[in-house]
Amino acid sequence: MKKILVLLVLTLSITYTNAQSAEARGLEIAKAAEKADLGFGSSIVDLKMTLKNKNGQTSERSLTTKTLELTEDGDKSLIVFNSPKDVKGTSTLTFTHKIGSDDQWLFLPSIKRVKRISSNNKSGPFVGSEFAYEDLSSQEVEKYTYKFLEEKGDLLIVEQDPVDPKSGYTRRVITYNKSKGYRIETAEFYDRKNALLKTLTYSDYKLYKNKFWRASKFHMVNHQSNKETILNFNNYNFEANLTDDDFTQAALQRAGK
Amino acid sequence: MRINKFILSLGLFLMCFFLFSQDKKVSHDFELEIGTEYRYFLDEGQFNGQKQHFPSLSIQPEYAIDWNDGEESLNAAAFFRLDVDDPRTHWDIRELYYQKSKDNWEFNVGLKKVFWGVIESSHLVDIINQTDAVESFDGEQKLGQPMAQFVLTTNKIGTFNFFYLPYHRKRTFSGEKGRFRFPIVIDKDDIGYESNAEEWHQDFAFRWSHYFGAFDIGVSHFYGTGREPLFMFDTTGNINAFYPIINQTGLDLQATHNAFLWKLESIYRNADAQDFLAFAAGLEYTFSNIDGNGLDIGLLGEYLYDERDELALNAFQNDVFFGSRIAFNDTQDTSILLGGIADLESSSKIFSIEASRRFGSSWTAEIETRLFSSIDTNEFILTNFKDDSFFKLSISRFF
Repeated sequence: MKKILVLLVLTLSITYTNAQSAEARGLEIAKAAEKADLGFGSSIVDLKMTLKNKNGQTSERSLTTKTLELTEDGDKSLIVFNSPKDVKGTSTLTFTHKIGSDDQWLFLPSIKRVKRISSNNKSGPFVGSEFAYEDLSSQEVEKYTYKFLEEKGDLLIVEQDPVDPKSGYTRRVITYNKSKGYRIETAEFYDRKNALLKTLTYSDYKLYKNKFWRASKFHMVNHQSNKETILNFNNYNFEANLTDDDFTQAALQRAGK
Repeated sequence: MRINKFILSLGLFLMCFFLFSQDKKVSHDFELEIGTEYRYFLDEGQFNGQKQHFPSLSIQPEYAIDWNDGEESLNAAAFFRLDVDDPRTHWDIRELYYQKSKDNWEFNVGLKKVFWGVIESSHLVDIINQTDAVESFDGEQKLGQPMAQFVLTTNKIGTFNFFYLPYHRKRTFSGEKGRFRFPIVIDKDDIGYESNAEEWHQDFAFRWSHYFGAFDIGVSHFYGTGREPLFMFDTTGNINAFYPIINQTGLDLQATHNAFLWKLESIYRNADAQDFLAFAAGLEYTFSNIDGNGLDIGLLGEYLYDERDELALNAFQNDVFFGSRIAFNDTQDTSILLGGIADLESSSKIFSIEASRRFGSSWTAEIETRLFSSIDTNEFILTNFKDDSFFKLSISRFF
């Protein structure tokens, strides 16, 4: 009896240590990935978005994204729509926060109005695509809790549970590539009922400034609706040396004019 | 046609400026929107000559050129409309300005549009541009305003906007065939100025804006010729209308908390003939991604108060507005805005529906309906519009 008890305690403690280390290792990997991408400063990139419905019909939109890296708090970003033409100039300015909700402003070029908008809608689709707002916002380590799942050669697979209850997911399963600066190869998204909702595959990676891996193509497949969205990134520019002055409401209006 | 001469000389000045500023890397952008529109008024007009059917055509070219790494640009946007009603057939240079920006400042000179405010059902604080009153009922279409604007953005103490506005533009009113008019057709040239300098009275405006966490605040002041004409009765009962010299201080405030937007706009306007306070307060709440497919339903509630009472040109004196904004977030950007505004002191109500959708990649269709219901005969302005309920379909092609 005593032996069984000891065994039980031992098993429990092993399971406990294992569980803890899985969480610690998951966090460690997320931090390593963040660190590997540290120091890019700022970037400008053109983006073509192709939306495909379940019958294969496509529609396109193009946008330009400017990002400013910040370390003490989340990144700043400015997105400008170039097409479709009826929404040309519509722009958003986002200040991501590591903790708490993001600050976001929308510029409507037809009436020249800047409107502060709620960043509450995380799970909704970004301009009708299969990307939710939360899929495209700045990925801060603090926004998830982690669990290491498995290692396959250079690939590290980590489960990430969103901290924000407004997230549309119970969890994401991320595959990192350890030998390529912890870049992400695939992401699987599980909905609130814990059913597989979407798979995102990153491809055509290019190395910038000898340090920063950027995928030229994001391919999101929604398994429940059979719709797809492809993002093609072009003309990555890491030399623009953007500053806080490029991420103000005045800059937002200039971008969309 | 004095404004045309003014615009022409300004254009020539900007053109010379551009030709002499040398640069290698230049980028151009040209856009064109051609729109057709059909407005159908459900009832016959209450005044002689008013039509019921208004087919119409509009053209909107836009051109922008920038150089010097985007720090300098020249921006132009023109508008032309052909309509059944003569004054609604009009053209305007919406924008024609040179912009220079560097670090945390920006300078603009030329014709430009500027919007201030947070409220949806009225725009009290917004004063820089004259309203293109024949173009739309909601007052959101504006005429280009000649200005020199300097913007300074600071990290800690907010954004400062300074405006020098050398020229005033009059509001255009509907002609004999048009709707939304008074028993007497008002010619815009019949409305004079308080100032002897007339349209050349030199006006100034200033706005400070900032944000603190969830709060966005703006405080503004305008001195010069008002954008709204003042209607006064003289001792013999005749209407005397003119553009007064005003001082107007404005406040706009929004708190953004989770899915709630809390809003407040207020103005105090002071002229020799009139002093008044007006404010609007409201909130907006959005239920987002309701069906897991992107359907957003926003609810809006606003209260409007205007001390001017029935002389207020905007017709909202002590009114409530309820609305709903429905966005499908589909590939065609389908959206619907429903609204109703009711006078708390009378039976007057206005209902509206606005819906829009894109077709293909370069066509859009829009529907707009406004219904005037139980308009009180004591409403000084609104009673003239009581039979002006309409339905509008517009289709635009973008090039």
